[in-house]
Amino acid sequence: MSKQTSFFRSISRLYPHVRPIIPRLLLGLLSALLASVVALTIPQVLRVLVNTALQPGGAPEAVWTSAGAILLLGAAEAVLVALRRQFVINPATTVETRMRVSLYDHLQELTVSFHDRWGSGQLLSRAMTDLNFLRRWMAFGAIMLVVTTLTVVIGIVAMFTMSWQLALIFLAAAVPITINSFRFRTRFSKVARRSQDQAGDLATTVEESVHGIRVLKAFGRSREALETFNEQAEELRQTEIAKARHQATFTMVVTLLPELALGAGLVVGIMLCASGQLSIGALVAFFATAAVIASPVEFSGMLLAMALTAKTAVDRHYEVMDTQNTITSPAEPRHPGELAGALHFNNATFAFEDAPDKPILRDITLDIRPGETMALVGITGSGKSALIQLVPRLYDVTSGAITIDGVDIRDFEVEELRRIVAVAFEDTTLFSNSVRDNVLLGAPVRTEEVLEEALDVAQAHFSYSLPQGVDTLIGEEGLSLSGGQRQRIALARAIAARPRVLVLDDPLSALDVHTEELVEARLREVLKYTTTLIVAHRPSTVALADRVALLEDGRITAVGTHTELLASNQHYRYVIASLDSEPRDLDSELSALEDQAEEVTR
Amino acid sequence: MSTATFGTANEDNAHLSKSDSRAVRRRSLALLGSLIRPVRVRFWLTIAMVVLSQAARVAGPALIAFGIDHALPALRTGDNVPLVFTGVAYLLAAIATAGLTALYVISTARLSQAMLLDLRVRVFRHTQRLSLEFHEKYTSGRIIARQTSDLEALRELLDSGVSSLASGMLFMAFTAATIFALDWRSGLLVLAAGVPMFFLSRWYQKHSQIAFRESRVVSARLIVHFVETMTGIRAVKAFRKEKENSETYGKLAEDYRLVTVRSINLNGIFQPGLVLIGNVCVAVVLLVGGFRVLGGGLAVGVLLALILSTKRFFQPVDQMAMFYNSFQSAQAALEKVSGLLEEVPTVLPPKNPVSLPAAKGSVDFNDVEFRYGDGPLVVPRLDLHIPAGQTVALVGQTGAGKSTLAKLIARFYDVTSGTLTLDGVDLRELATADLRRNIVMVTQEAFLFSGSVADNIALGRPEASRDEIEEAAKAVGAHDFILELPEGYDTDVNKRGGRVSSGQRQLISFARAFLARPAVLILDEATSSLDIPSERLVQAGLARLLAGTESARRTALIIAHRLSTVETADRVLVVHDGRIVEDGTPEELIGGGGRFADLHGAWKDSLV
Repeated sequence: MSKQTSFFRSISRLYPHVRPIIPRLLLGLLSALLASVVALTIPQVLRVLVNTALQPGGAPEAVWTSAGAILLLGAAEAVLVALRRQFVINPATTVETRMRVSLYDHLQELTVSFHDRWGSGQLLSRAMTDLNFLRRWMAFGAIMLVVTTLTVVIGIVAMFTMSWQLALIFLAAAVPITINSFRFRTRFSKVARRSQDQAGDLATTVEESVHGIRVLKAFGRSREALETFNEQAEELRQTEIAKARHQATFTMVVTLLPELALGAGLVVGIMLCASGQLSIGALVAFFATAAVIASPVEFSGMLLAMALTAKTAVDRHYEVMDTQNTITSPAEPRHPGELAGALHFNNATFAFEDAPDKPILRDITLDIRPGETMALVGITGSGKSALIQLVPRLYDVTSGAITIDGVDIRDFEVEELRRIVAVAFEDTTLFSNSVRDNVLLGAPVRTEEVLEEALDVAQAHFSYSLPQGVDTLIGEEGLSLSGGQRQRIALARAIAARPRVLVLDDPLSALDVHTEELVEARLREVLKYTTTLIVAHRPSTVALADRVALLEDGRITAVGTHTELLASNQHYRYVIASLDSEPRDLDSELSALEDQAEEVTR
Repeated sequence: MSTATFGTANEDNAHLSKSDSRAVRRRSLALLGSLIRPVRVRFWLTIAMVVLSQAARVAGPALIAFGIDHALPALRTGDNVPLVFTGVAYLLAAIATAGLTALYVISTARLSQAMLLDLRVRVFRHTQRLSLEFHEKYTSGRIIARQTSDLEALRELLDSGVSSLASGMLFMAFTAATIFALDWRSGLLVLAAGVPMFFLSRWYQKHSQIAFRESRVVSARLIVHFVETMTGIRAVKAFRKEKENSETYGKLAEDYRLVTVRSINLNGIFQPGLVLIGNVCVAVVLLVGGFRVLGGGLAVGVLLALILSTKRFFQPVDQMAMFYNSFQSAQAALEKVSGLLEEVPTVLPPKNPVSLPAAKGSVDFNDVEFRYGDGPLVVPRLDLHIPAGQTVALVGQTGAGKSTLAKLIARFYDVTSGTLTLDGVDLRELATADLRRNIVMVTQEAFLFSGSVADNIALGRPEASRDEIEEAAKAVGAHDFILELPEGYDTDVNKRGGRVSSGQRQLISFARAFLARPAVLILDEATSSLDIPSERLVQAGLARLLAGTESARRTALIIAHRLSTVETADRVLVVHDGRIVEDGTPEELIGGGGRFADLHGAWKDSLV
């Protein structure tokens, strides 16, 4: 939880968003004020009318005019109420939408490591619940807060004109209320913040329970998931009740103290009247005014709570908006004179931000020549996936550099870099779109030929036999595909992007041997002209590569061709050698050969 | 109820036919009713507190009047008893008002939070219960929308509604009684105002209902898009989808804004409309009463009182309009939620569950046929008998139906016809807990939940000790890399396991299965992301797990594209188009020269 900032500093951050709509907010405020003035005027006008114009035997015109006047005022009130909404609603929703879209845009910009840390439920609750609330506060809460405050101030001034002694008594109640409101503010803010955070966590739990539904079902752990959820929901419930308790205490104070003051005022007032220092009329007028401002005062508890909740919503919003995007385009982007696709790792070291002392990759120096295919081999956890994600700058190197054709990838415009580099991840993400749109997502030219070729290379011909062919909606909102099918679409997507540099994270793992062979045959042609870095777990995938880099515990320990490494590197043999040709067997075969040789020489 | 609106079938349609609209409304109200029922005592208590606090509030002005009318003259004559009485009574009334107000604020929160918790848990439990078939077509974003923003609408209603409605109604009833007591003719005029108000409300209900329904649909769409972007952020960035996404999201956000504005504007007509009707009524009372005053039929004082009371009568209308507004909004949201709750899981828990505490692990398909929903037959007539303890490898091309068979055994789906039994017990009759304990499936997508590595492994058997968890991790060769993590087994895996590689994720999910120690283990491409040494370790562990105890080996069903695992299997099934086309030991099939022999050859070649 972030430290508490002052209310006004938080709210003032809305200023840039609110500035264009300030005139309309003020008009809305004015309408609200006028509406309450009219509402207060109507009874006074009535009193005057009834007392002066309406007498038995009077003129009927007087009745008509009085009724007309009342009707006019009544209509004015209704119109002003409608105007307040008209002035405020549209701009307030515009601000809300603008903030929502800018939050989304900023989230898209933020680094992958930010998203690793933040559950999407937390982000969602900021984008929806918080901003909805903020809109309602701008359109209603903030305006009513001002109107209420003004009403109370005007009321108290009026009370002073009636009797300063009684008004002083009434005002005395304001002191403990103010003190109490400060305490309320700190306490309530804290709980409001906790409740919003817990609601976000709850949304994250919901999100995980849905995305992980297969695992939960496979292990029959729905009950445990429900228990966790229940616990969290119960915590949220208790926070909400704690919130209500604070609000109730404050409401009690703002209800009780003015009433107590009024009670004292009543006794004192009657005594003043009795001693002739105050007229009965003034006493009556004083209490009539007090009655008018009683409900705004009481209402203030609710309005204050609303304002504080809005404040924490603003805090939560800016917590995300203030997060700097560390992976940005430089001020003066460079790009190589001629794009050949030479990929060079120069002492590249990488550690996750929150674990700087445990680097995943250390001093990686690796040269991949234009058009070359380099396989990356290493045991699970040696850092292959991390290395691959450095190339399109999903993460930045901690030290050292990666260059393409001699230009540091941090000097490229990010978008251009990602146009040059295409990736296929091991866990494939397809979007709710047609097959066509998914495949052509990164393609520079979105033609039928590109689509056909990409699908053909990736052996994703099955796409044509889907219900609506390549226009079938796939992804979460569409048809669910099998793992192998998804992987092939993702591969086709990377190929269709026609990158100079292609980065593939074990792209064939879910394919059967036949399909794999077909893909490889076609892929080989594509790779001829593309610099490729490919994570490989099997000899069959390594066969695609010109050279192999062996990754061992975050370091490159050997680079060479498959045959070279197989002959010279024991760890490489351990990693890539197939299951049945264990080194031991090899030894016995060798010794058998030697035996034969001996026999021959003998 | 018509089938068109049953469940979530037609939930994106905001313009329903009259009968459909009535049906979903009824469903939504029934849900609301079922939420209130368990807390009805508190509900009435809260209302009682509101009523009492209102009564205490009314006492204030009455005491002021009493003070001025009685205590003041008494004081002038030297009697200060009435003044003391007034002061004390006022004090008491103030305390009662404040205390009761505070109480009902808390009580309202308790009430609304109890209902919300109830609904949250209900929806969560229900979505967990729904079958995969449902989850595959209804998106995760939608379920999230149902459980977040839709419940938010209910919360708004509960937080604001109850007290304002109760106090408003009470206030109006009191005032109406006063008016009638003063002059019944004016009373009738006030009641007559109810007629236009009724029609205005009807108009508002009709239109706002559509607006609020649209609002739910659009907000769900917005959420779906948001969730999809955030969960797929890597791909979004890698393929520069940001701009396209931004446009889509901007458009959706604008749609959402427009529909919100529409619903607010409707309320912007409704609420001032009610105010206007009230004010017109005041003018009419004045007009009618005025003429009667002129004719001497009504005292001026009474007219003044009448008009002031009439004005006051319409005061709470504002609040009630607000209540009605949140009510409409909440109802539209509950329509969606109740639709989700109405969905029936296609895989139902058994009515009379047969328990099977320790299964041996024989699996039998008897004349099984299967299709997804109304789709084409995926598995045509299958008879397959897997004796307990056998390790069976399923081989075949991508899309041949291997995963379908696995999902049937794990009861992610139910067979369309025929029976599928474990130790002779139909899976549909097997107690859910026993089914899940005895049959465990490890899929290719190794999802990690937020929490520690140990928590994630413990998912396999929540009651397992730390030693057992580590034992399972050691068995699959995950122990070493876990110790390497910043906090070892207590390392938080973060969102979607961002910090561990996909291979490591698979090892963790494997460890889960080891910990679960089921009678039947299904591995669906569970080793695809593993490098060869890891796979070797997993296989050694697997062999130990499957060997089980002396008396009983575990049954295993392994789906793999790589034939390495397959060769160690007791039996190989080659699946093609949902049929089993070859069945035998690896050696037999290799010798037989069929598909498996082909695959085996290709695999051998791929190793060079």
